[in-house]
Amino acid sequence: MTLPATDRSGAAADTLKGGPRRRLRRRSVRTGGRGLGRGVPPALLVPALIGVAFLVVPLIALLVRAPWHGLPAQLTSAEVWQALRLSLVCATAATAVSLVLGVPLAWLLARVEFPGRGLVRALVTLPLVLPPVVGGVALLMALGRNGIVGRSLDSWFGITLPFTTTGVVVAEAFVAMPFLVISVEGTLRAADPRFEEAAATLGASRFTAFRRVTLPLIAPGIAAGAVLAWARALGEFGATITFAGNFPGRTQTMPLAVYLALQSDPEAAIALSLVLLAVSVAVLAGLRDRWMTAGG
Amino acid sequence: MDDSRTTEPDHSAASGPGAGDPAPDGLDARLVVERGAFRLDVALRVAPGEVVALLGPNGAGKTTALRALAGLAPLTDGHLRLDGAALERTPPESRPVGVVFQDYLLFPHLTALDNVAFGPRCHGATRAEARARAAEWLGRLGLAEHAGAKPRKLSGGQAQRVALARALATGPRLLLLDEPLAALDARTRLEVRAQLRRHLAEFEAVAVLVTHDPLDAMVLADRLVVVEDGRVVQEGTPSVIARHPRTDYIAQLVGLNLYRGQADGHTVRLGTGPSITTTEALSGPVFVAFPPSAITLYRDRPTGASARNLWRCRVNGLESHGDQVRADLTGELPLAADLTTVAAAELDLHPGAEVWATVKAAQTHAYPV
Repeated sequence: MTLPATDRSGAAADTLKGGPRRRLRRRSVRTGGRGLGRGVPPALLVPALIGVAFLVVPLIALLVRAPWHGLPAQLTSAEVWQALRLSLVCATAATAVSLVLGVPLAWLLARVEFPGRGLVRALVTLPLVLPPVVGGVALLMALGRNGIVGRSLDSWFGITLPFTTTGVVVAEAFVAMPFLVISVEGTLRAADPRFEEAAATLGASRFTAFRRVTLPLIAPGIAAGAVLAWARALGEFGATITFAGNFPGRTQTMPLAVYLALQSDPEAAIALSLVLLAVSVAVLAGLRDRWMTAGG
Repeated sequence: MDDSRTTEPDHSAASGPGAGDPAPDGLDARLVVERGAFRLDVALRVAPGEVVALLGPNGAGKTTALRALAGLAPLTDGHLRLDGAALERTPPESRPVGVVFQDYLLFPHLTALDNVAFGPRCHGATRAEARARAAEWLGRLGLAEHAGAKPRKLSGGQAQRVALARALATGPRLLLLDEPLAALDARTRLEVRAQLRRHLAEFEAVAVLVTHDPLDAMVLADRLVVVEDGRVVQEGTPSVIARHPRTDYIAQLVGLNLYRGQADGHTVRLGTGPSITTTEALSGPVFVAFPPSAITLYRDRPTGASARNLWRCRVNGLESHGDQVRADLTGELPLAADLTTVAAAELDLHPGAEVWATVKAAQTHAYPV
């Protein structure tokens, strides 16, 4: 348990190292005591600290450069409110779509064995790794005015999706839903399927068992998945601008507004970015129990 | 000759193995389930009101048999009829079956009341009706004041009773219990075992329980079906199996001396014959049980020893199982006693030999009929 001599003698010399180092050791004690009483090799420590700096410094820069004096005025401007409102509405709607379609999909993947299940899971999670711009192009090919589905939507129902607010929701849901599906499927796999069996022996159909037993049991997982999906939808840029365009008040969400403002009014861009940063921090705080204690 | 060993309830005689006509009511099943190299093939006939225990070591296929009865594991072959209706293809939710799972599986997000009301709700009762029925069942099982408690606030014994109430609230024709006492600590177990026995005795339909504990099986069931490696190796009343075990496993685990008599405090009088001193103070008709290993044999009447439970017996037969010898004793009290081969040799045990048998009160277990 005692610190090695090098640590004590070098403590004054590397105050920068001391903090994280001690914390690392404490964690290794908790996870089983491996590496106890042994120093952290510099070959690992140096890149690790550079990695932390790489992730944190830009965020600090954003805070340092923020036009704090003009901030209230920036944030209360009509354009900002318009973009923020549109972002919140669209991200929430996309999350709702993801929930309605994604939770049953996750259940199907976790609970029903069918041929090609692995393939379906791979296809469903593809948007996770697909460049969002490609997703936007693909959505245009499917749901665009001349898309393979969009043509029928247009001629039969008079529905056009591209370059509309609904199109924003579609683009965001396309990108965000896999996060929810993966999260909920994982929770379902961890949940004891015998509760559903117990419900069945009490006369519950599979749907009743799902609704009255499984759903309440996996609610925390669904909530976490929904928050993840919502955060992803809120930050969506590539698929949105490709499929829905960039019309203020209609399809211009916060990320699009940030990008546009950066060309003309960098201070506004920073202000908008701060708002999104605050939302992200709030999301992380909300997920803290689930994610920050993982493996602890 | 065995008046004191009357363990067979009257109704079990009609449905015991080898009984004549197929009973129109009750359970008639042959369960064949194949999973990889494992094959379960078990035939079961149980009359309404009868309690049958599937007894066997872990991995014998008992739980698989129970799951097959509940419809949770598909049958590879065989048949399953309950009160004359074929159930092989019926999904679990449509079978008139109630299950008490090993770890109860009470829904953690529902109160005890809503757990019990779940079944009636699924069977079409309104919320108010279901709750009323659930409250009635909880009251019957002495849980009225715990109706609003979530499962994690319940003790092991209470959770077990909630699970039983939940299984019974749908009015099943077949009650299945998977290791109903395994999750309880030793002290609670005694108490819950006696309660469960009472509730099972009141249950008018078929009850099948699965256990690896011979004492649970003998206390709770009218008839035992011993399963090893997926097949039935012996079945019969507890007394028959205890006296004539057919495999080493049964001999070692199932062997149990079981008597019925009238209790008055710590003394249980068996018919007109001898009496047994027990740790439990009871009154009225009771069973007394103790394992053959609890018996000590002497060639001459022991002096100085507390002679409360001391009987004069004659060796009727000897069977050896591994390094153990099971002695079948008759006389004042018919007994099955286990002793080592060495001890048997030292006592010069042989059929016809006269011996004195003792058992400590602390090693007996008495419970109401």
